[in-house]
Amino acid sequence: MAKTIVMAGTRKGCFLLERDVGGGEWTTRGPYCEGWPVYHAVWDAEAGTIYAAAASAWHGASVWRSRDLGETWQQSSEGLAYEEDGLKLSKVSGLTAAPGRVFAGAENPGIFESRDGGETWSLLSRLEGQPGSDKWNDPANQPPGNLGVPAVLPHPEDPAHYWAIVQGVGIFETEDDAGSWMPRNEGLRADWPLEDPRVGYCVHKLVMSPVDETRLYQQNHVGMHRSDDGGHSWTEITEGLPTEFGFAAAAHPHDRDTFYVIPVDPGHGRTMPGGRAAVWRTRDAGSSWERLDDGLPQRDAHVGVLREGMAIDARDTPGLYFGTSTGQLFASDDEGESWTEIASYLPGIMSVEVAFVE
Amino acid sequence: MSVQVRLPATLPPLFPGLPRRLELEAATVGQALDRLEERWPGIRDRLCEPGPVLRSHIHVYVDGERAGLDAPLASSARIDVIAAISGG
Repeated sequence: MAKTIVMAGTRKGCFLLERDVGGGEWTTRGPYCEGWPVYHAVWDAEAGTIYAAAASAWHGASVWRSRDLGETWQQSSEGLAYEEDGLKLSKVSGLTAAPGRVFAGAENPGIFESRDGGETWSLLSRLEGQPGSDKWNDPANQPPGNLGVPAVLPHPEDPAHYWAIVQGVGIFETEDDAGSWMPRNEGLRADWPLEDPRVGYCVHKLVMSPVDETRLYQQNHVGMHRSDDGGHSWTEITEGLPTEFGFAAAAHPHDRDTFYVIPVDPGHGRTMPGGRAAVWRTRDAGSSWERLDDGLPQRDAHVGVLREGMAIDARDTPGLYFGTSTGQLFASDDEGESWTEIASYLPGIMSVEVAFVE
Repeated sequence: MSVQVRLPATLPPLFPGLPRRLELEAATVGQALDRLEERWPGIRDRLCEPGPVLRSHIHVYVDGERAGLDAPLASSARIDVIAAISGG
């Protein structure tokens, strides 16, 4: 029977929560990946493989893979390294399954790919020559503690066309499979001086409408933004949200104007305002926002949600899922109208993804 | 020359068939890791960074003395590979 699987990457391994697609109780399996911190676990439907980006304090960064829905796992970091002196790769921050390959965004900034199911990796691009690269490639600015590529966002039809985020720098777009790049940050706000107005923006999360590849949304360090032209220009849509700051975001699978975010306080805490948990939704492309909190804790809930901490499925009435950095996992079967806590005591959750599998 | 190698408990789960203790032929610590890599591909990446140099939280001792990759090995030397205490 077909199952819904929620993949939770946590500070102590990867966990899988599953149930029949028709509903029922959730069961939890794990921890997997030997308890390594898992920054992002994703499903590759084409390969029938779960990939998990992990980094051990002892044994370094690697990408784990399971071809049997978590029963067995292998890991490899072959090729996941920079050849140049002084450039370090401290972790793989984000994974993206694309036709025929898997992208891995790395810290220090770089994009790797695997075309053999995660057995070996090769460097695809360090965005050489792009504005900002002189700083991120400075040997004095190497990780840990520096910036990386947290995400690669593929075009749905053109495999040579994708967008990449460099943390603290901004979005870059390629249309020739990383042969050349263009900064795509026009219209973004920066509350700090910019040496070069093309870059210097702090993009936390970038998502694309599954029904319109020109419609992008981003949660930025300073505000929510929308693009109607594939990222060539951006318009701020923060008004109506309780804070301008957050990490997680999700685009509705069937409606280009519906989009979800989880605002958090922008200071050191980075938890939900007032200790009251909520997801916020717009149904009009950001002109207005509504608070969704039915079933979520409304008292003393000082929880945060990280960049990859929210996912949405593709059902007619889509399900939403988010995990907190303190280990609670919430799910909604009705587009966020109501919520159920489906796991309470996982390790701190760093990523949530969902898939339907046979 | 034959040397003894003792590995941390965190490694065998990553490489099927890898024991915690084994003997192999090597003249330096680096050669010992080469022998391990031949039998369990990928193990060098778990112990070394590009360079290669030992990862910062992997410590190697030869007969009780802290050692690097180029440390020579006497016959019957004992190599302890330690996953150093690093956070909780």
